[in-house]
Formats: sequence, structure tokens, C-alpha cells
Amino acid sequence: MADTKSETSVSPPKPTPNARPNLNWAELGSRLVPVLAVVTAMLFGGVFMIVAGTDWEAAQTAFRDHGLGGFVGQIIPGIAKAGIAYEALLEGAIGLGYVDPATIRAETYFITLLPLGQNSIIFIPRNLIDTIVRTIPFILAGLAVALGFKCGLFNIGAEGQLYAGALLSVFVGFHPIFSGLPGLIHLPLAMLAGIVGGMIWGAIPGFLKARTGAHEVINTIMMNYIAIRLADWLIKSREPLILLDTTASVPRTPFINQTAMYPLIGNTSLHLGLFIALAAVGLVWWFLYRTTLGFEIRTVGANPHAARYAGMSVSRNFVLAMALSGGLAGLAGAGEVLGVQHNLPPGFFAGVGFDSIAIALLAKTDPFAIIPAALLWGGLINGAGLMQVRADLSIDLVKIIQAFIVMFIAADQIVRVLWRIRARRGGEEAIVARGWS
Amino acid sequence: MNPQRFQITRVHVFAAFFIVVGLLMLWQAPGNFEADTISKMSFGLGKDAPLWEAPTRATLLVIAALYLVGGVLGLVNRWPRLTFGALLFNGILIFPAILIGAAAGKQTNMLTMLAETLRLATPIAIGATAGIWAERSGVVNIAIEGMMLAGACFGFTALFFIEPLLADNTNLALFLSVLVAVICGGLMALLHAWLSIRFKTNQVVSGTVINILALGLTSFVRREWLLSTRAGRITLPSIALPGLVDIPIVGEVLFNNKPIFYLMFVMLIITHIVLFYTPFGLRMRAVGEHPQAADTVGVNVNGMRYLCVVISGMIAGLGGAWFSLETVGSFDDGMTGGRGFIALAAMIFGKWTPFGAFGGGMLFGFADALGTRFQILNVPVPSQWLQMLPFLTTMVVLAGLVGRAVAPAASGQPYEKQ
Repeated sequence: MADTKSETSVSPPKPTPNARPNLNWAELGSRLVPVLAVVTAMLFGGVFMIVAGTDWEAAQTAFRDHGLGGFVGQIIPGIAKAGIAYEALLEGAIGLGYVDPATIRAETYFITLLPLGQNSIIFIPRNLIDTIVRTIPFILAGLAVALGFKCGLFNIGAEGQLYAGALLSVFVGFHPIFSGLPGLIHLPLAMLAGIVGGMIWGAIPGFLKARTGAHEVINTIMMNYIAIRLADWLIKSREPLILLDTTASVPRTPFINQTAMYPLIGNTSLHLGLFIALAAVGLVWWFLYRTTLGFEIRTVGANPHAARYAGMSVSRNFVLAMALSGGLAGLAGAGEVLGVQHNLPPGFFAGVGFDSIAIALLAKTDPFAIIPAALLWGGLINGAGLMQVRADLSIDLVKIIQAFIVMFIAADQIVRVLWRIRARRGGEEAIVARGWS
Repeated sequence: MNPQRFQITRVHVFAAFFIVVGLLMLWQAPGNFEADTISKMSFGLGKDAPLWEAPTRATLLVIAALYLVGGVLGLVNRWPRLTFGALLFNGILIFPAILIGAAAGKQTNMLTMLAETLRLATPIAIGATAGIWAERSGVVNIAIEGMMLAGACFGFTALFFIEPLLADNTNLALFLSVLVAVICGGLMALLHAWLSIRFKTNQVVSGTVINILALGLTSFVRREWLLSTRAGRITLPSIALPGLVDIPIVGEVLFNNKPIFYLMFVMLIITHIVLFYTPFGLRMRAVGEHPQAADTVGVNVNGMRYLCVVISGMIAGLGGAWFSLETVGSFDDGMTGGRGFIALAAMIFGKWTPFGAFGGGMLFGFADALGTRFQILNVPVPSQWLQMLPFLTTMVVLAGLVGRAVAPAASGQPYEKQ
């Protein structure tokens, strides 16, 4: 981003004359930037926790009566609350907690790692597994956005594509036409329906961009809102009856057949979707870096003028990239239906679209880096519930932390200045998304 | 990318569209409407308001015929000026056609429809004006949604805290709250400017950051502090413009409105004058089109951009106040509901000019107002479909127009001194 001199060019990596083969400190620092961005964002989130956890009227009175010391005394409970909140966040996210084992509910299985005073450091496998289950759609959706970025397209429409995929998938999953099928056919068919739904939803903005030049950012956002309204109508409509389960007390679709569900792994809530997501990561990497089509997509993303000059069809690549991106997001939506929820209520995917953008940015659009980034997201969201219970802080705090993470990733110079890391050299990665034209 | 390659120009596409619509109307109208069905259109309030009793079927058939004529003119495309006029007229005819069809056998009020359209166009036109300020100076601002949300939330939060202090003067409290909304929008914009000018972050990414941040921050503030709200859903008072409100028929509807509604027009006019008739506007446009040239003649490019983006955010904050302080009287999560993005489309529709953007705002306001009007008239269409209308309109308009609209040349690029 530092050297966008002409409209879209990205300067090619300059070979540094004295590049040493082994890792030096400056380079390690550069690689640490995403981690430090997360840490910095957490610290900023802590400030919000302290602000929310402090009784400001009492602090005012204390400041008037006892000066600065009294004021600080009033802040301390807020700091303690932030500590509790982060402990709960960690415990909810990966299962590592520092609590009194007697307070844990009897049915929860946990392992005591180290008794320390009255409390012990414990590990609750259930929480970690829940986080991993939460992570699965984020891997696929993050991958979808990353694939779009590789072609220079900013796909904000993951949410709509998730809905489109989930709607088609749930239809194949529960509809009587498909109910006699054996699992070996029914499940792949339901997954395929999800992919196709997402692909259609993604290809429309791609086509509009290629054909008319309408910017994909606005069109994908519009497609999100349309998908949300469409899902709402399809699921709630009674006249005509389309997807609504009339026997249910809340509006949702009927449950899908057993044959279309992702098989569970062992006795846990982990499901086949995990392996599908991991396979998708490998597949996308292979597609982008080892195939001609992937090369074309990356070339168009780096410099469409050069790509056109080299005889590649920019329009075709726009449509292809958006369709593939939508397909991945659609698979993510299908996975949630087939593996976790087994039906589809309206408003199920609220916010996943923005999350997947954040994950793709955090991973710097590198397919393999998507996995840890998605895991972080799954952990934050899964841990937020326990944080809300323990520290009485709104779940939305996690959204603020997430926004800061993206901000520090996008403007990594802030992190570099804060943590005294050398400035970015030319040739380090740059994420490209263009202006209107 | 280039439609010329396909030998089909936009005129042909529009013409074909109108021919299809015209044929559909010719085919459907006689079956759906009896010959003696009448759509009553009233143009005012009260009993003695002018009333136009249009025979539904005949009127629709006339419109269909006009569509066919316009369509054929477009396909032949021999007389460009005549064709353009006919197609434009056809485009405008869509609005009465829909209303006449919807009001078959019933009565509907065209004047309140206009007023409702104008009212719903307000946040979109204000948002589009905000977009113009940022983009004309060369910074893409997709964060209008987030800035509006921040304005809506913090304006209401301010009211929540100020109102008890100023119990005897609610209007002053409301006015101060709007001011807070404007300032908060400006602060969000300052962050956007800081990220995209100082750190040269990709402007679309930076805008997305602002949007996510605004969503999280406002939901957080609402859950932590606003849930126990006792604020009695007060909104800004209506102001009757003296003199103008006494104009027969339109006066009461158009000139007895709330302050932000009027401010929209003030904003549009000021923006137009500043942009096109002042040295400041000239510099601003120069910075957006060719920053190197502007720099050469001594314009502070980045300073100009900071200023314009912050002004953009302040205008967006005002648009946010429309939601919480002028219309609803409370704050809900994500209450702007995509209006900030629609505003961007309106800005593109209006080719980055204030009055064009107002036209775009009116179009989307109409699509919005149509939803409620259809429900009042009991047109058997699901409400979700009607809610999709503004978004579908946006996509159609963008697909049809963006190729002809040219963005400021340097929009989206950080400026680096050579």
C-alpha cells in the first residue's frame, strides 16, 4: 500500500542485496506484528473494560475528597474487573482457567493442572472443543474473503453468501424429495447445494463489476441485505409455505434428515466440517499458487492492466474469483446447517460477514494463516459468553477488540511505532483493493 | 468491461427494458383491472383537496403505449436528443404507474407520498453529501454508515445525560445532543483520515474498520449505559416556516417539518456553492483529481484531505442524529440499517454532485416510502420484498449508471510527495 504510485500498481519485491538466509531480529519483529496487533488491541479493550467497570460518580467524589489517590483507588475495581474479564475470556476460549474447582458445575469435566492456593489452574476440554466448532465457519468464510482480495476484489458479501448457501443446503437437507437418499449421496448433495447457492450470490456482484463496472463493495453489501430479507421471507412465510416448520414454536426451517448431517467426531460436538475446512485451506492454497487459473487471479489482483496486456481476461477472472469466493462462503453456511444447527432460523449469520473480512485481513490473505486467525475469532466469540457472566460486561466488548485488531493490522505502522519495530520495507505484502473505477 | 465491444449500448438496454415492461403491462393490465376501476389520487390534505380520478386500466395502457414508443425510439436510436428525453420521461413515469396500479379501487394521497419520500430521502441525501466531501478531496469514505451510527448513538447518549440537567429546556438539550452527534461523526472521520492519510492504509479497509468499530462501540454503549433508559422518546420539534407554511396545499406538508430535514437542503446548497463557486472548492476538487498539480501550486494536499474528511464525518453525524433524535427518539443496534451504503450509491448516482445526490436520495426515499404505502393500500406483496426494494434499486442504478459516472480521479489513492 505504501507504493501505489499509479492507480493499481504494487511494486514487485526488490531482492535485497545482502539478504541473509537465516532469521534476524528485524525480520522476526515483522512477523510478530500480527501478534502484537492482537496484544495491543487487547490492551485497548482493557481500557474499555476499566471505563465500563468503574463507578464514575464514586470516582468523582473520591477525587474531590481525597485527590488523585482517592481517584486511583476508585479505578482499581475496574482494573480488577478487566482482569476477571480476561481470565473468563481465556477460560471460555481455550478452557484454561484459574478458578476454585468447587465452583465448577458437577457435570463439567475438567482436569486440574496446578493447584495454586485456594484456586487451581484447570483445563476444560469442552470449551476448547466448542471454540474449534465455532472456528469452522470462520475458516471457510475468511478464506472466501481472502480469495477475493487475491483478485483485488473486496468481498463484503460473505454474510449474504452464507445465507444463500445455507438456504439451499437446508432445503436439500430436509425436503422430502431427497429424503430417501443414502448418506453418501445426500450429504455431498447438501454440501454442493450450499456451494452453488454461495457461488450464485457471489457471482452476481462479480458479473456486475466485470460487465458494468459497478463496484463490488456496494453491490455485495446490497446483496447481504437482500439475502437477509429473502431468508427472512423464505423462512417465515406461511402463505405460501416455503421453508417454515409450522410445528416449531419459533420461526425456523424443519430439521434436516439424519443422512444429510455431518458425522460427529467421537463423542464430541466436533464434526466433519473441521476436516472439510482444513482441506479447503490446502485446496485454495494449491489453486492460488500451483494452477494457471490461480496465477491469473493473483495477476489480475496485483495489476489488472498488466494482466490484460498479458492476454488474460480481467472480466472472466473477476466473475470466477467472486464465484469461488461465494462458493467457499456458501460452504461455510451449509456447514453450520449440516454440522451444528441442523435447521435454519432467520438472522442466524448476523455479523459473520464483517468477522470474515477481519480474519482475512488478520491473516494477510495467506490461506494457511487463516487457520490461527479464525481460531482467535472463534475463541473471542466463544469466550465472550463466559466473560459476560463473570464480569458483567456486554458481549459487544469483543466486537470492539476485534475492530481494534483489524485497525492495527491494517495500519501496522501504529503497532510498529508502539513496539519499536523497524518500518516496513518495500516488497513486504500489501493488500490491494481499489477505488471506484 | 467496455459495453461498446458488444455493439449494444446502454440506450439499447434501457429501451429493451421499457419495451418488456410495456408489453407486460399491456398483457397484464386488462386482466387484473376491471374497466370501471378508478384510482383516486388526491393532491393535498382535507376534503377540498384536488382529486384526480384516474381510470386504472386506461391510464396504465396509455403509460404502456408510451413505454413502447420510448423503447422503439431507443432501439432505433436515430434522434439522440428525442430518445434521451423519451427514456428519461419513461423513467419518471415508473413512479405514477406503480402508484396508480397499487391504488386501484382505492384512494391514495400523492402529496403525503412526496412528503414521506422527502423525509426518508433525508438521511440518504445527507449521507451522500458527506460522501461528496470526502471523495471530492480524494478519500473514499465507505465508513459513512459507521459515522452515522456513531452520530445516532452518541447523540442519543448525550441526550440521555443532558436532558436531566436541562429539564426545563428540552429543545436546548436536543440541540446540544445533535451537536454532540455531529462532533462524534467528525471524530470517527478523524480516525478514518488518520488511518488513510497518515498511515496510507487502504481506504476501503480503513472504512471497514470504522464500520466494525462503530457497530461494536455503539452496541457496547447501548448495553452498558442506555438500557435503563427513561428518556421519554422525545424527538426534535417540528418547525413551521413562517409565511411558507400558509401556502395552500403544499405548505403544511412541506414547510412544517423537523430541523434536520431543512438542514439537508441547507447542506446541499452550501456544498454546491462551496464546491463549484469558491476557491476552497476549486482546491478541494484539484486535490481529488490531481493532487500532484495541486501540490505544485501550493495547496496542502493532506491538510485539505484531513479537513474534508472530518467535515464529511460531521455531516454524516448529522445524518445519524436524524435516526435517533429526529425520527425514533431512542437508539437501537445497527439502526442505520445500511442507509450509509445506500447514500454512497446515491452519491454515485448523482455523479458526485450535491443536487444529483439529492435526486438519488429521492429515488431511494421513494423506494422506501413505497413499502409503507403498499402496506397501507393492502397490496398483497410480502413486507420483506418491499424492504428489499431500496437495495435492489441501488444495484440496478449502479449497474445502469456507474459506467457513465466518473469518480474523482485520485479518489482512493494516498498522496505521496514526489
